[in-house]
Amino acid sequence: MAKPIDSALFPGDFPRCSLLKFLIWLSFWGVLFLAGIYAAYVVFANGLGMTGLTNYFAFGLYITFDLAVIALGAGAFFSGLLRYILNMDELKNIINLAVIGGFFCYSGAMLILTMELGQPLRAWFGFWHPNVHSMLTEVIFCISCYLLVLTIEYVPLIMEQKHLNKVPFLHNFAHNMHIFMPLFAGIGAFLSTFHQGSLGGMYGVMFARPFVFREGFFIWPWTFFLFVMSAAAVGPCFTTLICKCIELASGRQMTTWKVKQLMGKISGTMLSLYLFFKLIDTYNWAVNLLPTLGETYEQMFHGLVYGQWLFWLELGVCGVIPAVILLMKPLRNNHTLFWTACILACVGISLNRYTVTVQGLAAPVMPFDVWRVYTPRWTEILPSIMVLAYGVIIVSLSYRYLPVFPQEKELNQAPAEG
Amino acid sequence: MSEHKNFRIRWGMAIDLDKCTGCGACVVSCQVENNNAPLVDASDKERIVNWLTVYRLENGKSFPDAEVAYLPRPCMQCGNPSCVPVCPVVATDKNEEGGIVSQIYPRCIGCRYCMAACPYHVRVFNWFDPVWPKGMEKTLTPFTSTRPRGVVEKCNFCHQRWDMAKEKARKDGTDPMDLPEGAYVPACVETCPTGALVFGDLNNKDHKVSQLAHGPHARRLLERLGGDPQVYYISRRDWVLDLLDNHLAGEAGHGKAEGGHHG
Repeated sequence: MAKPIDSALFPGDFPRCSLLKFLIWLSFWGVLFLAGIYAAYVVFANGLGMTGLTNYFAFGLYITFDLAVIALGAGAFFSGLLRYILNMDELKNIINLAVIGGFFCYSGAMLILTMELGQPLRAWFGFWHPNVHSMLTEVIFCISCYLLVLTIEYVPLIMEQKHLNKVPFLHNFAHNMHIFMPLFAGIGAFLSTFHQGSLGGMYGVMFARPFVFREGFFIWPWTFFLFVMSAAAVGPCFTTLICKCIELASGRQMTTWKVKQLMGKISGTMLSLYLFFKLIDTYNWAVNLLPTLGETYEQMFHGLVYGQWLFWLELGVCGVIPAVILLMKPLRNNHTLFWTACILACVGISLNRYTVTVQGLAAPVMPFDVWRVYTPRWTEILPSIMVLAYGVIIVSLSYRYLPVFPQEKELNQAPAEG
Repeated sequence: MSEHKNFRIRWGMAIDLDKCTGCGACVVSCQVENNNAPLVDASDKERIVNWLTVYRLENGKSFPDAEVAYLPRPCMQCGNPSCVPVCPVVATDKNEEGGIVSQIYPRCIGCRYCMAACPYHVRVFNWFDPVWPKGMEKTLTPFTSTRPRGVVEKCNFCHQRWDMAKEKARKDGTDPMDLPEGAYVPACVETCPTGALVFGDLNNKDHKVSQLAHGPHARRLLERLGGDPQVYYISRRDWVLDLLDNHLAGEAGHGKAEGGHHG
């Protein structure tokens, strides 16, 4: 078979699909991306009244999506921490993908965040007039700085592109950045821990909102720690799922089953730790905290849209079940169960971010108020799809042209591992 | 976390729910006084820019025992506001003498975290560019700023009227920090036809609002959440008072209620 015309740009001598096929693939996602850009234009031009948000639902799909992708993108910080700080050498085979995943999740979240602000041109006020008491201030600082760190972590990978790497300056620059990578991994882990926590803390400190309010430890509500742990739990899962998607799309194996198992084991451990505290927190909230606020557990749920089924789906089906599968080696070693657990874990944490954002605001606090239903409009849905499309484009370009997977050549010469 | 601040003057309001007829004069006067743009039509009430809302309460009984009460809801100007500590850019604060929760519109970035934190829904967002019907722009008061699209706004007890009352006191040679009762009243209080709304300094025992707030028929909305509101509701009907805070089964009566219109 003839080589694709851009084969000179491929990493090593790895085979890739034809350029035409790749362009058709990119065009599909490019159209979705442009549709999101159009939605963003409509919102920027006409205001947030074009969304499904109301005075009742100040937060909606934008924030839910941001929280979810930021949690899923946590694979970068947690894998980086384990790889560079705790020296888990096996993770070197997937760390590049974790960084790329983190980069597109965080940069995509930033795109949505600019839309979420009523006054996007004043976004810099967060740095200029910071309120040190606000968890959101911490989020603004840490998330911006962490995106910078992720960019720094991504740049050497780009410089390792076959032709770019021939330039002595870029080669040496990338090499030196690799030397300092443990430092960046440490800074990234610090920043990410704090902003993941502050995202949770944002809800926990809302003492007049019984659905989300949590008393806590020192100055932090429990949600601070729960968000950190849950993000660390699903980040590796999500990275492994991206790897699986690339394998399915390319028909080639990118990492060994052993590496995937290790990522799953890390996720399972963190998910179990998270669920241990989450279940204690939930019990304390339902039995002790809510009555002091004049509310009951049943009052926190309503009808189908805000029903208790969400609660059990999040904590049971998408919480305990994947945690058990990922933690127990015989179950984890089963391919079907493993991938099911990874998907369930990611869905569960996304569901958690949805309930704290939407159900937390829908639950009426004044006794004579009523439940409202929030429905996102196309102006919110398309930008969310835009970020997914953006992620696919970034990953596709990176996989095609950059040396993302160190094991790719070796794994695809030998018979595939089971 | 926020810290509770003490002020020499603490402006507050007492609203007699037994006197309120739900006429809505307070809502209209608030809208006019504060240059709130009207909705283009009435189909988008959840994006309305009204600072004051009137809720309709029912005791849940059928005729002839059915009773109704109307509850005007301005900003509670909480002593421990849930909105202030969350604002990332200090666009909202409770620092000025008088204990009014302020909102700096040119600094607000429109993140709406304060709206999410407030259980009373007193904060509204400018979802669209404000548009006044042709000719109505001539009725805008020059004492209140108009707000652009994309910022959060709220009731501030017609703060501009306090400024004017202080200026008048200075001109008259009296102490602007010791205003007599009635020298400063918000538009809603001035307009109320039944006198259900009473305004003054909660720290001044000579002010009627202070006496009402400390009376046996006063209660605050969602008192147990710890916001420490500076708005007191007065009623001689137990079911009305019981409705002001969330009650668990077994606690004092908790009637059925319906939400009124809400912006």
